[in-house]
Amino acid sequence: MVGIVSYGVYLPYFRLKREAIGAALGSPAGRGTRSVASYDEDATTMGVEAARAALRPTDVAPSWLLFATSAPTYLDKTNANAIHAALDLDSSAGAYDMVGSVRSGVGALRSALATHSSTLAVLSDVRTGNPGGADERDGGDGAVAILCGREGVIAEYIGGASATDEFLERWRRPGDAASHVWEERFGEDVYVPLAEQAWNDALKNTGLVASEIDHLVLTGTHPRSIRAFARSMGARPEAFVDDLSAVVGNTGTAHPGLLLATALEKAEPGQIIAVVVLADGAEVLFFKATDAIAAYRPAKSVTEQIPTTNDTLDYQKFLSWRGFLRREPPRRPDPVAPEAPPSHRHKSWKFSFTGSTCEACGKRHLPPQDVCAGCRAVRQMRPERMADVEATIVTFTIDRLAYSENPPNVAAVIDFDGGGRYRCELTDVDPSEVAIGGRVAMSFRRLFESNGIVNYHWKARPMRTGGA
Amino acid sequence: MGSHGIRDRVCIVGMGCTPFREHWAKGVDELLVDSVTDTVADAGVALDDIDAFWLGTMASGNSGITLSKPLKLDYKPVSRLENYCATGSEAFRNACYAVASGAYDLAMAVGVEKLKDNGFSGLAVGGIGGDGTQASITAPALFSMLGPAYAKKYGVDEQEFKDVITRIAWKNHRNGALNPRAQFRKEVDKDVISNSPLVAGALGIFDCSGVSDGSAAAIICRAEDAHKYTDNPLYVKALSFVAGPASQQMDQDWDYTSFEEVVRSARDAYQQAGISDPRMELAMAEVHDCFTVTELVLMEDMGFAERGMGWKEVLAGTFDRDGELPVNPDGGLKSFGHPIGASGLRMLFECWLQLRGNAGDRQIKSIDAGRKLGLTQNLGGGPGECVSFVSVVGTEPSA
Repeated sequence: MVGIVSYGVYLPYFRLKREAIGAALGSPAGRGTRSVASYDEDATTMGVEAARAALRPTDVAPSWLLFATSAPTYLDKTNANAIHAALDLDSSAGAYDMVGSVRSGVGALRSALATHSSTLAVLSDVRTGNPGGADERDGGDGAVAILCGREGVIAEYIGGASATDEFLERWRRPGDAASHVWEERFGEDVYVPLAEQAWNDALKNTGLVASEIDHLVLTGTHPRSIRAFARSMGARPEAFVDDLSAVVGNTGTAHPGLLLATALEKAEPGQIIAVVVLADGAEVLFFKATDAIAAYRPAKSVTEQIPTTNDTLDYQKFLSWRGFLRREPPRRPDPVAPEAPPSHRHKSWKFSFTGSTCEACGKRHLPPQDVCAGCRAVRQMRPERMADVEATIVTFTIDRLAYSENPPNVAAVIDFDGGGRYRCELTDVDPSEVAIGGRVAMSFRRLFESNGIVNYHWKARPMRTGGA
Repeated sequence: MGSHGIRDRVCIVGMGCTPFREHWAKGVDELLVDSVTDTVADAGVALDDIDAFWLGTMASGNSGITLSKPLKLDYKPVSRLENYCATGSEAFRNACYAVASGAYDLAMAVGVEKLKDNGFSGLAVGGIGGDGTQASITAPALFSMLGPAYAKKYGVDEQEFKDVITRIAWKNHRNGALNPRAQFRKEVDKDVISNSPLVAGALGIFDCSGVSDGSAAAIICRAEDAHKYTDNPLYVKALSFVAGPASQQMDQDWDYTSFEEVVRSARDAYQQAGISDPRMELAMAEVHDCFTVTELVLMEDMGFAERGMGWKEVLAGTFDRDGELPVNPDGGLKSFGHPIGASGLRMLFECWLQLRGNAGDRQIKSIDAGRKLGLTQNLGGGPGECVSFVSVVGTEPSA
């Protein structure tokens, strides 16, 4: 049996109200919110958070990692390696990008299901469009990670089909801020027949009939075709999984996985889940929930993550985070870019947040040290991964001088459960809610970008009821 | 093994200090020429009489050439040192040891910093590269973390705490207002101080030291030779320097209300100088008030106030210019300004003026009361990760 073993979802803290777009630009922009990656997040950092969540409920260590996004931080350099490092995966595990197009998300999932080993498909996206456009309004940011394998399967992959064609419907060149789309009736003319082809092939391959589907995920890059195809699928209306457009928006590459996660949260043993994706063709995947799904609990469900957020984000701040509004920089020197050799030497600290514990006296050190700060024992340390250890705020300050894209900066001294003290920045934080004694968890972030190098490390974020 | 000090073995016989300013018209070279020529004139020697030089600058030049070139020194030894904000004190300490060792007859310690040319706001010196994991927290933010910890530990409420740090700024501005060399020569109302825009935590703009350019220097000789140069030299009683293991930041027991480095260096210096009750024995102290809250904590770390009582002593005026122990009578880093490499020598310069009765209308009264010792305390780094220097100087050899 091959299928889904575990999954994890990450939705960023910030939501932009669509009416805030409308108010700023003087034109109606609809209701609801879209999710927004913070200034210190990107597809890689959100991918790390989703992957951490996916690996938490399982003991399986993936031997492959596939990373799909339409918003890669780097070209030429494999973005998946930063996720691989942040997860502290063994160096023998492969890590590969499937980067550039929305279709790569469902492609990564299909590839993960096709491998013989346990493979973690990380689907993550930051969706942006020109100010006032549909992509900006209807897009969303988020990540999902799906661990596929043969042991401990909660949803068996029972078959599917693809339909691929070459046509110009949506495109963006590297470096461009927004995508171009062709006139939408042309897209419908191409997409609907492709969708019908893949759907019918998949039903035929699996022997299923449409009315047997319990949870139907239908998503993609072309809303008009999706609406048209939905009417002709023959599925029960109640089977359609909510597309989260009211709260999250369409998270592009990540969206099939995100909606699949919401379906898995609801699925009962024996139920059939269909994933249908219209993006440069059509993809259909069928899953059957196993008995194991009854006992499976995700680290943080989508349902939990939807309400615990901040929807007071200014549209102007959103525009500046996305590079559409260039703010006056402070009269401060640019941060010094991280150097490659020390970043590599300290990889386990920088990426997987691994400190050290003195084997002579048990004192924990962040960052790792050679000489114990407690008993002065020399090089009697063992690595201690601290990324998943929660901590308490000892003291903090609001730093109004430090440059930030979301001022003011909040810095805190935190004590980890079981030992270890560290001073770091807080993120996803409302300065007025920070208090001594507050509980925080670590989150993988971009500290800054300098000389074209994105500097990844960890910050602490307040733990809120319900997760997120 | 032990720290023995070099009490009374060397003397300061001449000092100079430029005004601390935004010196738009002067660069590092001009500031050095100003302070060095003033200092040799003060000692009544020729520049060529100086046998060796120690130059302290954090980021305004590399190597001894930074000093030898503008002054055209004739093939003399010039060491360049850096030790964070205690750089100037470190130049002085090393020059003293060189003379005490007998290696040289006359040595000069010079400190200089040119901070204003880079056009940045606040203190901005080049960072060292690395793995990029250091959180970008500014100096005021690091020091501001002392505030809530101190207030909580000693039951000081938010408004009282603000009053305490405001009074420190008010006092230092008041002292600086009288000082022609100070960067800010204006008294500032407490209301203006306490209502100034916040920079970090409870610290407002008026809680932060002045960013400025400047230079200061001292000439040191063996004590037995001092009277060749001046009738009233300053005897070096104690020099203590400590670099902490920076482990407090990893220590869950550390509570952010003390600089252990300061406690250790003060203890060592008092032992060297034979001081048992600093508050009663010192005529004055210049301490590292980079931020007002730092001065508050230093009052306790230096033993000028009991633990938990520093804030009350501040409010009572104990450390005012006419108080029991004048602290920062020249205005301190707060209003005299803080050109990093020069600050440690600037502190000594105030001892030089006050202890010898040359401070004019700024003269402190504690000298009339027979007190003969002055102290300087110079900090580099931040809470939990710092270096501390303490010196004691006096007008007479110890009995």
